[in-house]
Amino acid sequence: MSQIVLPQSQISYLSDGVSLRSWLLTTDHKRIAILYMISITFFFFLGGSAAALIRYNLLVPQGMIQSAETYNRLFTMHGIIMVWFFLVPAVPVTIGNFMLPLMLGARDLAFPKLNLISWYLFMAGGACALYALFSGGIDTGWTFYTPLSSNYAQGHVAAVVIGIFISGFSSIATGLNFIVTIHRLRAPGLTWYRLPVFVWSLYSTSVIFVLATPVLAITLILLLFETLFHVGVFDPRLGGDPLLFQHLFWFYSHPAVYIMILPGLGVVSEIIPVFARKELFGYKFVVWASVSIAVIAFFVWGHHMFVSGQSLFASVTFSLLSYFVAVPSAIKVFNWLGTLHKGHIRFDAPMIYAFGFIGLFTMGGLTGLFLAALAADVELHDTYFVVAHFHYIMVGGMVSAYFAALHYWWPKMTGKMYPEMLARAAALLMFLGFNVTFFPQFILGYLGMPRRYHAYPPEFQVLNVLSSAGATILAAAYLMPLVYLTFSLFRGDRAPANPWGGLGLEWQTPSPPFTINFVVTPVVTKGPYEFPKPGIEPSDV
Amino acid sequence: MRLTLPLAASTGAQTDLLLLGLLAVSLAVLGLVFWLMLVYAIRYRHNSPVDRGALAEKSFRFEISWTVATLVIFFGLFIWGSTIYVRLYQPPANALKVYVVAKQWMWKIEHAGGQREINALHIPVDTPIELIMTSEDVIHDFFVPAFRVKRDVLPGQYETMWFRPDRIGTYHLFCSQFCGTAHSNMIGDVVVMSAQDYAGWLTTSGGGKTLAAQGKGLFIRYGCAGCHLGGGTVRAPSLVGLYGSPVPLSDGSTAIADDRYIRDSIMQPKSQVVASYEPIMPSFANVIGEDDLVRLVAYIHSLAAEKHG
Repeated sequence: MSQIVLPQSQISYLSDGVSLRSWLLTTDHKRIAILYMISITFFFFLGGSAAALIRYNLLVPQGMIQSAETYNRLFTMHGIIMVWFFLVPAVPVTIGNFMLPLMLGARDLAFPKLNLISWYLFMAGGACALYALFSGGIDTGWTFYTPLSSNYAQGHVAAVVIGIFISGFSSIATGLNFIVTIHRLRAPGLTWYRLPVFVWSLYSTSVIFVLATPVLAITLILLLFETLFHVGVFDPRLGGDPLLFQHLFWFYSHPAVYIMILPGLGVVSEIIPVFARKELFGYKFVVWASVSIAVIAFFVWGHHMFVSGQSLFASVTFSLLSYFVAVPSAIKVFNWLGTLHKGHIRFDAPMIYAFGFIGLFTMGGLTGLFLAALAADVELHDTYFVVAHFHYIMVGGMVSAYFAALHYWWPKMTGKMYPEMLARAAALLMFLGFNVTFFPQFILGYLGMPRRYHAYPPEFQVLNVLSSAGATILAAAYLMPLVYLTFSLFRGDRAPANPWGGLGLEWQTPSPPFTINFVVTPVVTKGPYEFPKPGIEPSDV
Repeated sequence: MRLTLPLAASTGAQTDLLLLGLLAVSLAVLGLVFWLMLVYAIRYRHNSPVDRGALAEKSFRFEISWTVATLVIFFGLFIWGSTIYVRLYQPPANALKVYVVAKQWMWKIEHAGGQREINALHIPVDTPIELIMTSEDVIHDFFVPAFRVKRDVLPGQYETMWFRPDRIGTYHLFCSQFCGTAHSNMIGDVVVMSAQDYAGWLTTSGGGKTLAAQGKGLFIRYGCAGCHLGGGTVRAPSLVGLYGSPVPLSDGSTAIADDRYIRDSIMQPKSQVVASYEPIMPSFANVIGEDDLVRLVAYIHSLAAEKHG
C-alpha cells in the first residue's frame, strides 16, 4: 500500500499526532480549543443535571427533595458551575480560541504556551470546585453574600472560592492573549474596520476579562480572610460592612454578564450576514456598540442593590446608567433586522439558532427594563422574575449563540458536516422548550414567588409544573446535538472548505485547517461582509 | 389559578401602573421585532423572486433615529420609575412604627405597646406603617408582594420601609434574600385589620409593659442613666427631647436623631460624637442584643414626647 506523503505544512491539525501527550502538551490554539470544548461540555451537562433536579424538586409545593439543605446545595452548584465553568469560557475561550487566529490570518495566538497554561489553570480551578461540590457542597448561592457565606454557611466555601480564584487567572491570561493577538497578528490589509464583528466582540470581552477579574480575585481573598482567620471585612459582628461585599462582587459580576453575552452578540452578527447574503447593516455602529457596552458595563453594578440599603442617590444614578447600557444592545437588534431587510435569507441550522437568539435576547433585554426601573424593581427583585430575566439572556441568548457558533463552525473545526434536518429540529425544540420552561417564571415572579425557595405556597404550583415540563423538553433538545454532533465525527460527510459561502479568512483554509492554519499568509483587500450586490453575478465583481 | 396579584396597599397603585406601562412598551417593541423577523423571513427568503430594488445607502440616518428614539423612551421609563421610588422613600411623620428583628429563620415583630409576635404582623387598615428592621445574623429581606414592597434587612444597622395598607385581609410575608437552610420557611402572614379589630387585638395580645417602659428598665440596667440622665451631669448630652431633632456633631456636620442614629450611637459611639462632648462613651456592640436595642430606642423616642408635652 502506498501512501501519499503530504508536506509538513499541509497536515490537518487533527492528524498531527494522535497520542494523548500530543493533545495534553499541545500549544496549537485549535487543539486547546477542543480541550476546552470537551471540558465545558462536561460542565454544561453537570450543571444541567443540577438544574433538572431543581425543576424536579419544585413539582410540588412542599418540595420533592426531602431536605432543604440538599436543594440549597443543588442550586448553588448549578449557579457556580454554569457561570464560571460554562458561560464565561463557552464562546470566548472555546470558539474564540479556535477562530480568532484563523479570522486574523495568523499562525496562532500571540502566546501559545500561555494559552495552554490557561487551560490547565481552568481545569485546576474546576477540579478544586468539583472536589468541594461533591464532598458535601456549599449552600451560599453563587453570589456568596456575606456574612452568610463567611461565618454562617456550612460546607467547603473556602475550596470553592479557591477554585474560582484559580480559574480567574485563566480568564485574565486568555484576555491578555487575545488583546495582544488582535493588536499584533492581523494579516496584511486587515485593518481595524475590516475585522469581523466577532473579533471586535472578543476584544471587548477581553478588556473586561483583564480589568474586572482581578476585582473578583481580591473580593474572594477578602472573603477567605474573613472565613478562615476571622478578619472583619464584611461581617458587622467583626466590625465589617456586609454591603461592601455586594459592591465588590457586582463590580466584577455585572461586567461578567457582558463577558457572557458580548461574544454571543458577535456570533450572531457573523451568522446573519452570511445567511442573509448581505452586508452587515451599520457595521461601525455594531462595533462601537460592543465597545461601549464593555465600558458602561463597569458603571451599572449598583442595580443589583436597589433594595439592599444603598443610598437613594446611588440607586437613582445606577438606574439611569442601567438604561444607558441597554441602548447599545437595542441598536444591535435593529441592525440585525436591517441586515435581514432585502436579503436572500437561508434557514440552515445556524440561522435558526440566530433567529432564536434575537427573539429570546430581545425578551431578556425588555424585561431588564422592568428591573432597571426603581419602583418596579422593588416589587420584582429577588423573585422568579429575575431568574427568568437572566435565563432569557444567559440561556436563551448565550447558550443559543453557543449552539449557533458550534453549528456554524463545526464543519471548519472537525471537517465533518452534521445532519442538517436533525440540527434544525433541535434548534426549534430548544426554542420551544426554553420558552415553556422560563416564560411561566416571569409570571411567578410577578405574583411574588421568591427565588431560592425549596418549598412554596400551593397557589404557585401550576406554573411551576409547567416550567418543569418545559425543562424536560429543553433537556431533550440539549441532548440531541450531543448525539448527532458526536455521530457526525465518525459518519458525517466531509465538509468543504467553505460550506456557507462566508467571506471571512477562516473559510479560506481547508476544513479542518492545517496545523499552521495558512500555507501562505492571506492578504486582505476588503471588509468581512462585502457580499456581491444582488443581481450581479460573482464573475462580474 | 390567578394571573394577577391583588393589591392591598394604596402606596402600591403607582407601581402597578408603572408595570403596566413597561409591559405595554415591551409588547410594542417585541411585536415590532417579531413581526419584522417574520415578514423578512418570508418575503426575503433566498428563493423568493421579490424585487429587492436598491439598497438603502444612508444607513447612519436609521442608526441615529433608532438610537435617539431608544434613548428617549428609556429616559422616560427611568424618570417614571425613579419618581415613584423617590416619592415613597421617606415615611410620613405620623406613621405607626413597628420594630422587626430578623434571625435565622424567623421574623420577630415588636409593637410599641409591648405586644410581640413571631412570623406574623398585625396592622390597622388605612394607616401608614413604618417598619424599623434589623437582623441578628445574616441578611434577610422583608417582602410583602401584596403591598409591592421589599427591603433587605441587614445585621448591624436599621433599615426602614413603609406602606399604607388599604384592604383588610391576610397576605404573604416572604424572606426574599437567601439566608441559609430554612430560607423558604422564613415566611409569615401580614394581617390587615379594621381599626376596631386592631384595637381589640392589641388588648388581647398581652403586652403589659410598653416597649418604652421596658426600655426604661434597660436604660438603668445597662448603666446609660448614670451619664445621660439626672440633670446636672456635663459628661454626656441629655436625651430628653432628642428624638427627631438635629444634632450638631464634633466634625461640624449635623445628624437627625432618628432610630438609625440612636442605634449607631449606642453601638459605635465614636463614629458620631456630639459637638462639645468628649468621646468617652464605650461601645455596646456585642453587649446589647437587637431585642434590647429596640426597647432602648423606643424609650429614647418616648423621651421626645415628654419634652413636647
